[in-house]
Amino acid sequence: MIDRDVCVTGYGLLSPLGEQPDAWWAALKDREIWRSRVDKDRYAPFIIHTIPDYDLSSQIPRPGDQRAMGPMMQYGVYAAGLALEMAGLKGDAALLQQVHMIVASGGGERDVDLDRAIVEGVTGRNDQDKWITAQMADGLRPTLFLAQLPNLFAGNISIVHKVSGSSRTFMGEEAAGADALRIACRRLASGQGDIFLVGAAFAPERPELQISYNAGGYMLRDEFADLWSRPDAGMCFGGAGAFLVLESRESAATRRVPVRVVIRGIESDRTDRATGDVAATAQRQIEKLGIGEIDRDTIVLSSASGAGAATGATAAERAWLESVAANAPVRGMAQVLGHPVEAAILQNVILACACLERGEAFEPLCPDSVVEQNGAGSVNRALVTCWGHGKGEAVALLEKP
Amino acid sequence: MTEQTVDPFARAVAITGVGMITSLGRGVDANWRGLTAGASGIHWIERFSTDGLRTRIAGCVDFMSVDPITIPSLSYAMADAVIAEAMDGSGLGAECSIGGDLFLAAPPIEHDWVSRLRLLEAVDPGGEGPYARDVGESGTEKTRVWHSDFMNGTLADKLAQKYRCTGSPITLTTACASGASAIQLGVESIRRGERPTALCVGTDGSINSEALIRFALLSALSTRNDPPEEAAKPFSKNRDGFVMAEGAAALVLEDPLHARARGATVLGYIVGCGEAADTFHRTRSNPDGHAIIRSISSAIADAGLQPEDVGYINAHGTSTPENDKMEYLGIAEVFGDHTKRLAVSSNKSMIGHTLTAAGAVEAVATIKSVEEGVLPPTINYREPDPDIELDVVPNEARAQQVEFAVSNSFGFGGQNVSLVIGGM
Repeated sequence: MIDRDVCVTGYGLLSPLGEQPDAWWAALKDREIWRSRVDKDRYAPFIIHTIPDYDLSSQIPRPGDQRAMGPMMQYGVYAAGLALEMAGLKGDAALLQQVHMIVASGGGERDVDLDRAIVEGVTGRNDQDKWITAQMADGLRPTLFLAQLPNLFAGNISIVHKVSGSSRTFMGEEAAGADALRIACRRLASGQGDIFLVGAAFAPERPELQISYNAGGYMLRDEFADLWSRPDAGMCFGGAGAFLVLESRESAATRRVPVRVVIRGIESDRTDRATGDVAATAQRQIEKLGIGEIDRDTIVLSSASGAGAATGATAAERAWLESVAANAPVRGMAQVLGHPVEAAILQNVILACACLERGEAFEPLCPDSVVEQNGAGSVNRALVTCWGHGKGEAVALLEKP
Repeated sequence: MTEQTVDPFARAVAITGVGMITSLGRGVDANWRGLTAGASGIHWIERFSTDGLRTRIAGCVDFMSVDPITIPSLSYAMADAVIAEAMDGSGLGAECSIGGDLFLAAPPIEHDWVSRLRLLEAVDPGGEGPYARDVGESGTEKTRVWHSDFMNGTLADKLAQKYRCTGSPITLTTACASGASAIQLGVESIRRGERPTALCVGTDGSINSEALIRFALLSALSTRNDPPEEAAKPFSKNRDGFVMAEGAAALVLEDPLHARARGATVLGYIVGCGEAADTFHRTRSNPDGHAIIRSISSAIADAGLQPEDVGYINAHGTSTPENDKMEYLGIAEVFGDHTKRLAVSSNKSMIGHTLTAAGAVEAVATIKSVEEGVLPPTINYREPDPDIELDVVPNEARAQQVEFAVSNSFGFGGQNVSLVIGGM
């Protein structure tokens, strides 16, 4: 197996922190800024972290392209454009034909107004089946159907940004993002491709997802609370578009673009949550990555969703981090970003890149928690964890180049 | 043409187990009998009312014991059955615990209306807003199932648990190329030496009224309902759209050395994979066909072959006016003079378009074609399209040995995947 370095040469992140790295930094430092993007009214009793206004047409100029997507795809296609720009790939038609894309996506986007009309009108009918069929036949629009196909997310990136080496879409919540990154890293490290665009997006403005996660008992309701001290129903959705350009060192050198960060490794696994030991899985993973001591020079960005914060996944991750990373600056990112499900790990890998480029951690986001007790300082490595709300455990290790 | 990325470990990967379900029946044998007899699995939809809809036929799989039929319940039942068949045939026993990742091509899952209405009944109505009636009880045993059943990762999670697959199971979609993408991911994993085996599966049980309406809105479906079995006519002049269908297929892929060491029967080999994305349009391919051309030619290059080495193409052949024309164009460009010596047939004439599963279903049919030396026909071929000069193996199966075959899968969103399959 060829073992090449996986280099990050570009990233793009659209999130509740804003769009430019300087804005991320400002928002991470200032509780007022990120709290202003927490909306508990629009989808009450659910709470979402929203993306501040951005100029969609700067990355997706054609109105026809914009109309073919809902917010999730727009966030992602926009962020993909930012990543390609940073990597110096944007507009390079010949190179873009060599770029392999792996995208993590949730279900496509539904016509909420039509769904509402059906939900409201269906009760008490004895011909529900026929009536719903008629409503859909009259109400569905072809362009929106295309926004409902998850793979059209990647399709839209191909169309808007002309990325056409290959296009694959992974589904399956948090693990889809982790596996998109894992497969891209493995293919790149082994020489099955030289340049990869990997990313995901999530729109919190999705009532049908809110009710589904609520039915599972995962959604925080009514009042915002600090991430690590939430009840088990402790998840707030967050908006995100997060894309990385990964590249071999040779390719970056040939193109004369700087290597910003190196992804040393990524592991993703599934543990049977009913009977298995998630912490044991995580322990095996960090041993496999050869991390050694997780000390103060390693920032740990946790993608804990907030679900199971009292007795479930988030609580278990907190306990594990308190034991293995007691001396490291640990940060629960969902506190400020909400949880963008498929995009969680990618978003936090990008924020980890920003930390390593600056060489510093930022201050605790939940200063009252034990797990975030260590303050800011200089850092050389970053560990990004991603334990899904219901399944899938992943961890990535990043270093300065 | 631009340079292709060739896998540095490019080599054949063995196929040691296969399983298959389509509207023609359950199991590889039943399907192979149907496909070589020129039988059709397309019939009137009875699962839901089609009153007022222009398309009222499909290749529904109606024989699985599933109640209620929802996208996840039927897709799971079929995947489970084909994996069991493939594992059994591979001689690996009932599980993958020797080291095999799961790559599952599955339809995107949303709450269909059957489930949505059940959810409404299950939770406490009340409140305001678009879905506010659904915001009642939560986190109870009764409501949790509405969450887990409608997460896109749940099918793979359950299957990986049942068959003890290693690693994190991957659920993927590249629209109608998904099944082939699952195989490609498995091939890559084995070539990298990560695992000795891979379980590659495509499943699709997503025929409901909403899905039918959505495809109808794109004018993609045939509306020649009567008789149902004559609606799908790939490469015919009077083709008017595809026929939605359900099905599943599973392949156990294996490092050939590993297969040999344990004395496994090798059914055939995936010798090359190719893919390319189209940047032209969401539902149409670029008129110059370049993505289709890149997909086929990079698969042949990955296999270390020349176009002349290929004897048969299991076409994507959907029976839409657009696809069949573009696929012919791509084939003619890649194969040049060799095109007229190629046999090119479409399984979809008989089983319809199994969507997410199609790439896997048709890969299994291609393996059988190479293994048995019999090419399944393109049925309903009565009015040849004069612009498509292909030997489509019209209407009746043909005994013909081929050393290498290509299976094509192209999807909405411009995703194109080609596999080269070889015999012993």
